[in-house]
Amino acid sequence: MPSFCGIALAHPVLNASGTYDAIAARRVFGDAVLDDFPFAAFVSKTITPEPRAGNAPQRLWETPAGMINSIGLPNKGLAGFLAEDLPQLAELPVPLIVSVMATGRPEFSRLVEAVGDRNEVAAIELNVSCPNVHSGLIVGEQPAETEALLETLRPLTEKPLIVKLTPNVADPAAVAVGAEQGGADAVSLINTLKASAIDPARGAPALGAGHGGLSGPAVRPIALQQLRAVRAAVGLPLVGMGGISRGADAAEFLAAGAALVAVGTENFRDPRAGSRVTAELAQVPSRGVVAAPVLDL
Amino acid sequence: MMDPPPLPHPGAAGTAPFGRRLCEVSENRASGGYRVFSLLDREGPEPLPGQFYMLTTADHWAGAGERPFLPRAISVAECGPAAAGTRLDFLVEGVGPGTDRLCALQAGEGVWVTGPLGNAFAEPRRLRPGAAGAILVGGGIGVAPLALLRRRFGERNVPARVLLGFRNELHSGGLDDLFGCCEVRLATEDGHRGHQGYVTDLLAAMLAGDDAASAVVYSCGPPPMLEAVRALCADRGVACELAMESPMACGYGACFGCAVPKPDGTYMRLCVDGPVVGGEQIAAVTHA
Repeated sequence: MPSFCGIALAHPVLNASGTYDAIAARRVFGDAVLDDFPFAAFVSKTITPEPRAGNAPQRLWETPAGMINSIGLPNKGLAGFLAEDLPQLAELPVPLIVSVMATGRPEFSRLVEAVGDRNEVAAIELNVSCPNVHSGLIVGEQPAETEALLETLRPLTEKPLIVKLTPNVADPAAVAVGAEQGGADAVSLINTLKASAIDPARGAPALGAGHGGLSGPAVRPIALQQLRAVRAAVGLPLVGMGGISRGADAAEFLAAGAALVAVGTENFRDPRAGSRVTAELAQVPSRGVVAAPVLDL
Repeated sequence: MMDPPPLPHPGAAGTAPFGRRLCEVSENRASGGYRVFSLLDREGPEPLPGQFYMLTTADHWAGAGERPFLPRAISVAECGPAAAGTRLDFLVEGVGPGTDRLCALQAGEGVWVTGPLGNAFAEPRRLRPGAAGAILVGGGIGVAPLALLRRRFGERNVPARVLLGFRNELHSGGLDDLFGCCEVRLATEDGHRGHQGYVTDLLAAMLAGDDAASAVVYSCGPPPMLEAVRALCADRGVACELAMESPMACGYGACFGCAVPKPDGTYMRLCVDGPVVGGEQIAAVTHA
């Protein structure tokens, strides 16, 4: 039974923020969602200080072995989240990690204080990396900015702070070092890769916002390499994600040094992907058990 | 403003089992230029008219170019009891890698199914007290959910008139398959059958008659047609429900991709707030 930043978890598989709406899933599938919850902890969709409507359609574009999203962080804002969503998320049978994002340190502080104050919340993930909102890039692109943000937020709560890294930088390990030096408890990676698509029917950008973030199995080798680079640079526990759709994928991230893994886009294809990946992971032979190298050609 | 039709209560007819399940293709036949394929669903409940399923073939879903990747949202066109479960019929037109693959399904193949999902069409009296009957307006592939709706109305003695429009004979899929049993007024753009022109011409004429004043309109079809239906109904003060489409990755509220603009500048998620939307819930049916 893994423990992560002092939080006891039944298994090492989480959801990636923004890829599973536990409240909507319960509305659609009923309490079966609670009885057989797919994840060891639930990571909320990112909350911002004020409500956001999200980006104009079109928001999705299918790509080879993946998809580009340009959702734009629609959410009810801090007050709406605390009043309407938090009581429902508190009914989940697993610890709750709340993802937050703001455009400046004062607003980030307000979010962390308010969310960290709630007993229902086990940990806070800081979204410094969402490539869909222009301001979201600023902190997560800069090691010094990231360190300064953590130094501001660290004293405000005793809850674990997880920094979600953007992959859209030359050196994500340097940003992870900044997070560690600023007082982060863990790092999660990767967020989506900045990407575009042209709608062949119109010869124009397919997505309403012009660009979006690529996810799915297509990004998995990139995520693995960034995880390895970050693993080599910091001592913090890592949550690895990026295209995990099977237990064997999750095992790769764990072998590369992740403490936990998260399933993202695969949730869209399979509402119980978290349970399936967890079950498959348990069947993956641990290192040393396989007698001869297996060629996967 | 009317509330949107609610999702079925968990445990009730129309509520999806949690997760996806493997169903077997029992038949796949041509229907005009379209295909109608049937799945045997051993676990799920009977769907309600307007509901949809997320479908992925068990094999060869990622085809040439590694697409399709995401499941496809397809409305159920008909259903019925089968030997060991429920038969689900889907009307599909191959317009991309996902629907091309679904069109090519062979009997005996497996399909991953999540659903039934979304809300459903409401009965006329729930939308308008004193409503005398229903007018069903379908276009092209959009006739699919209206087939199940028409049959349900028939079983409940709800008077329903059916207006269908097709571009041409090739695009009249489902007509004989799904509406062979009932009286249909047709409009075709090439004039090969029925009125030459748009199905909305037929609706406009019908709504101009006195007997249509207390009707409720149910519609599904291409966005320009849906917008014309919505505008006509708004103009005449007729309640309408529109079954809409949007790109959708998950079908159960997770991805926030299927955003449809509301008049207040915010968005609804079509998968959980629709796909059936009241005409008054949106400012217009937008399309590229």
